[in-house]
Amino acid sequence: MTVNYQLKRADFIFKNENDWEDVLGKSIGRTPQELINELISSELKGRGGAGFPTGLKWKLSAEAESDVKYVICNADEGEPGTFKDREILSRVPFKVLTAMAVCGHVIGAKEGYIYLRGEYFFLQPELNKAIDEFEYYCKETNLDFKIKIFMGSGAYICGEETALFESMEGKRGEPRNKPPFPTNYGYMGKPTVINNVETLAHTFTIFKYGAKRFYDLGVQYSRGSKLFSVSGDTPKPGIYELELGMSLADFVEEFGDGDTKAVQVGGASGFLVPRKRFAETAIGFQGKLTGISLPTGGSMMLFNSSRSMFNVLDNYLEFFREESCGQCTPCRVGCQQLLMGIKAVKRGEKNARYLDKLLTLTETMKLTAKCGLGQSVANSFSSIVENFREEMIY
Amino acid sequence: MNPVSELIKNLADQHGRNRHNLLPILQGVVEQEKYLSEFSMIEIARELDLPASEVYGTATFYSFLEHKKMGKYIIRICKTITCSMKGKNQILLAIEDMLKINVGETTPDGNFSLLQTNCLGFCHKAPAMLINNDVYTELTPEKVREILSSYLKKQKEGIA
Amino acid sequence: MTKKIKININGIPVEVDTGTTILNAARQAGVIIPSLCYHKDLCIAGNCRVCVVEISGQKRLAAACATPCEEEMEIHTNSLNVLHARKQIIELLLSEHNADCTSCFKNGSCELQKLASDYKILKQDFIRLVPFRNYTIDKYSPSIIKDDSKCIRCQRCVRTCAELQGINALTVAHKGDHMKITTFFEKPINDVVCSTCGQCINHCPTGALVEKNYIEKVWDAIADKTKHVVVQTAPAVRIGLGEELGFDPGARVTGKMVAALKRLGFDAVMDTDFTADLTIMEEGTELLSRLKSVLVDHNPDIKLPMATSCSPGWIKYIEHIFPDFLDHLSTCKSPQQMFGALAKTYYAKARNLDPDKIVSVSIMPCTAKKFEAARPEMHASGYRDVDYVLTTRELAIMIKQAGLDFMTLEEMHFDRLMGESTGAAVIFGATGGVMEAALRTVYELVTGREVPFENLDITPVRGMDGVREASVKIENPLKAWAFLDGVELKCAVAHGLVNAKKVMDSIKSGESNYHFVEIMACPGGCLGGGGQPIPTNPEIRQKRAEAIYAEDRGMPFRKSHQNPEIIKIYKDFLIKPLGEKSHQLLHTHYTARERF
Repeated sequence: MTVNYQLKRADFIFKNENDWEDVLGKSIGRTPQELINELISSELKGRGGAGFPTGLKWKLSAEAESDVKYVICNADEGEPGTFKDREILSRVPFKVLTAMAVCGHVIGAKEGYIYLRGEYFFLQPELNKAIDEFEYYCKETNLDFKIKIFMGSGAYICGEETALFESMEGKRGEPRNKPPFPTNYGYMGKPTVINNVETLAHTFTIFKYGAKRFYDLGVQYSRGSKLFSVSGDTPKPGIYELELGMSLADFVEEFGDGDTKAVQVGGASGFLVPRKRFAETAIGFQGKLTGISLPTGGSMMLFNSSRSMFNVLDNYLEFFREESCGQCTPCRVGCQQLLMGIKAVKRGEKNARYLDKLLTLTETMKLTAKCGLGQSVANSFSSIVENFREEMIY
Repeated sequence: MNPVSELIKNLADQHGRNRHNLLPILQGVVEQEKYLSEFSMIEIARELDLPASEVYGTATFYSFLEHKKMGKYIIRICKTITCSMKGKNQILLAIEDMLKINVGETTPDGNFSLLQTNCLGFCHKAPAMLINNDVYTELTPEKVREILSSYLKKQKEGIA
Repeated sequence: MTKKIKININGIPVEVDTGTTILNAARQAGVIIPSLCYHKDLCIAGNCRVCVVEISGQKRLAAACATPCEEEMEIHTNSLNVLHARKQIIELLLSEHNADCTSCFKNGSCELQKLASDYKILKQDFIRLVPFRNYTIDKYSPSIIKDDSKCIRCQRCVRTCAELQGINALTVAHKGDHMKITTFFEKPINDVVCSTCGQCINHCPTGALVEKNYIEKVWDAIADKTKHVVVQTAPAVRIGLGEELGFDPGARVTGKMVAALKRLGFDAVMDTDFTADLTIMEEGTELLSRLKSVLVDHNPDIKLPMATSCSPGWIKYIEHIFPDFLDHLSTCKSPQQMFGALAKTYYAKARNLDPDKIVSVSIMPCTAKKFEAARPEMHASGYRDVDYVLTTRELAIMIKQAGLDFMTLEEMHFDRLMGESTGAAVIFGATGGVMEAALRTVYELVTGREVPFENLDITPVRGMDGVREASVKIENPLKAWAFLDGVELKCAVAHGLVNAKKVMDSIKSGESNYHFVEIMACPGGCLGGGGQPIPTNPEIRQKRAEAIYAEDRGMPFRKSHQNPEIIKIYKDFLIKPLGEKSHQLLHTHYTARERF
């Protein structure tokens, strides 16, 4: 993808003009097909990390035949370094609720759920207040859509859509086999649209301003703006809404502390980009629909020269080893082997060549793991080991 | 009726008795009792007509549904990379020093349990921790000591 | 008519029904894709990832067992990517596994071992994970040994216990590297609602779940010159044993089985089928007595329907889950236990033996029989009625250890006194068999005529449907049974505990009005029991069932009351069914247990 310009800030998500009732009213008055077309032409892609085209998702669910359908807002934000969804839900919750109701109108769903991670329990009182106010408006305008919060209980894997359904159904959060896909067979086996909090917030922008306003931001294949959660060795930690497509070099220029050695893009499931590649790396989605997109949940963790990349990788692998659901062989055993493997190499118990065997293991995990967790471990593992091999050994 | 049985019956009345109501009920018991005992799991199984093993298997999947006896205040320190970089270990040492327990243990008076947890979503204000459902960020060893002291004070006043 | 779609497997065009998985479609192209977590009896899991294949146009490999074929799909089951991935996955499993094969009970019959052998995993560089876990072996159950260090977490046992048996004694707990298969609060399986049916053992691909074996103890007993070792063999063993010793499923090896047992050194080789006939006499009489109590005396303490009591897995199940219904169970012991009690009394007396010196062994298709033999109340003879229970599999091991060339053994006959049986007895091994045997005798007892079914084959109670119903109208009974005139005897048959629950629920709710129900814990009945040869699947069980009915047709006597040795035992010893001797030796009571 083309790397073109400097950092461009945007201000759609957190700008609150208290006009949600207006936007909701107008959107409900439009046909589902119109709304779907609007989303498709905006080229909005999921902001949770998987990057699936939102318009297509709503379209598939709308076409599925069923008397009961669901809209679910995935607020199980657990990717290390990501904290944007929390901010959206506390500062502009009505945008999310509105988007959910519009989605319900588009696909034919009367019930919406917000799957809120257990760690965000403290958000509940305010969020429930917002929902009460929202439902009051719905009742007044005869809009048949109810929203409930479903609390998680500390499981990162429940952010995976099918694991989330399992969790909501009172079971262990173990991802399901796909096909069938959620748009046909989701929560309780019914067609379900499940979207990330930020994705829903963007649909609000699109329904308010029209697709073109959104499309005009960003670059080809990566339209629109995105929230970035910036942390680590930076003088400006926080949440920033930026247009997609910027080069990582410009990002580091803005947010680095002058000594940035590497940036982890997309959390532990993402890629570690070393300094020498900043200029050639652009932040966005790659072209194909079914390809592996750059996991841009938007987490950006900056590491300066004082940080050990071994510690970083060790930390990620500990995370995956704990949070894996444990169902499938490549992920359950693979994560353990990777973690113990790098420790063994560091201690000198295994030859440095063993790292190459571990790299082939991550390839196997990428190809055979049952869900995104196991499939993505390869991203950080290979990017760290390939770029910082010395730090793994000495 | 046993208070736990009563709690479970009320939760079941409130949420429903289907399989998909299991998680809110488990959460409700943990909210009050701080953990799920063997007895409470059997009661839940009885109330929802589920096999006890299913209740156990589901509960143990979720990190926040403790099945071992916990203290009144459960401290969860984030150990993910950014909090690690910003001094989580000093915070841990300060707590271990003050409460005289290690990670995974509970104070003898049953007030505090110390655990580590994964990313809490406050990376820009690291290091962070949860005490039960409350978040504390931008921690320093002094700040942590102050926070824990205030909990101890609250506890004493509560008893009085 | 389902729509057909055209796909391509390894360059071979294949036409399949819509919805067929790649795993099943591959068979049509002559390709057997290896798998571990997949099992015909169970729902699809898709977690072992051994069956991954490459689909053109898809970046990731797909699990063949869980992916339905789509029009024009191009599938490669042996591309280099697939081979590399599959080998690494097997290597990963081996790193998590206690791969000390030479000391494992499943050496030679382990599915993981076979995969490692087929794929020649000659270099295993991954770090061995077993030493880092504190695995303990659960040996507390009299029937089942659970060794977590060999578990590959395919979850077949969990799905079996949930879907086939509906008990959920096993579950998956924790997550990540702590994920394991265990019980409620990780207690020994003996302390939870396990029925000891052993279906989990039948479905486990490795040595993580095996039966408690008593082979050494039996060898010791045989070698002990001072002991007189008596062995009995269950109906289902004679049509299953062959599978472990080179025969195809459905082979009838009765004569060879007897010959082998004699060669192994047992002092007397007799037949559980004898006591199966005896059970029919006792249980049939009991049924009639209950019918009279309910229909004539209106005695509220006597319960109908009466349920069979020969399946100990079923007994433990009802004791846990429906403890209020224990008085529906027939008080008759199972044929195994009746035999054991008689071996140390009737047989001992007839042969002038000191019962203290008799060791009573049984060969069973069942693991729950080990639990049954160890039940505290089973010592009616004054001694433990059955000392050791061996599964069909254990017997095959003993035959191999003795170096017998089973296939060429000349057929022999059971020993006298407790070795004769009828066709009604051998069908005990199939679901519906006890019911059919009971009806053949009871109907004739009551009416003086044979059951009104061609060739005595009561087909309505046969078959593999989970729950089957049948009714037999009693017309023109003998004078003594006049109260049954016009009564339609309603019967139900269920196999697999998940179906037992259906029947029990309908009894509990009052929905049904059965008089007599037969319940077998295992799918297919005893022929699919927890001690039978592995593998098991619907086709194999069907073949075994056909063999059982063939045995039935080949017997000289087809009704229990015709058995000459049965007539003799009543004349010489028991006097009459439900008589005092019978009550002392052949009837039992049950224990209510905890539901959770």
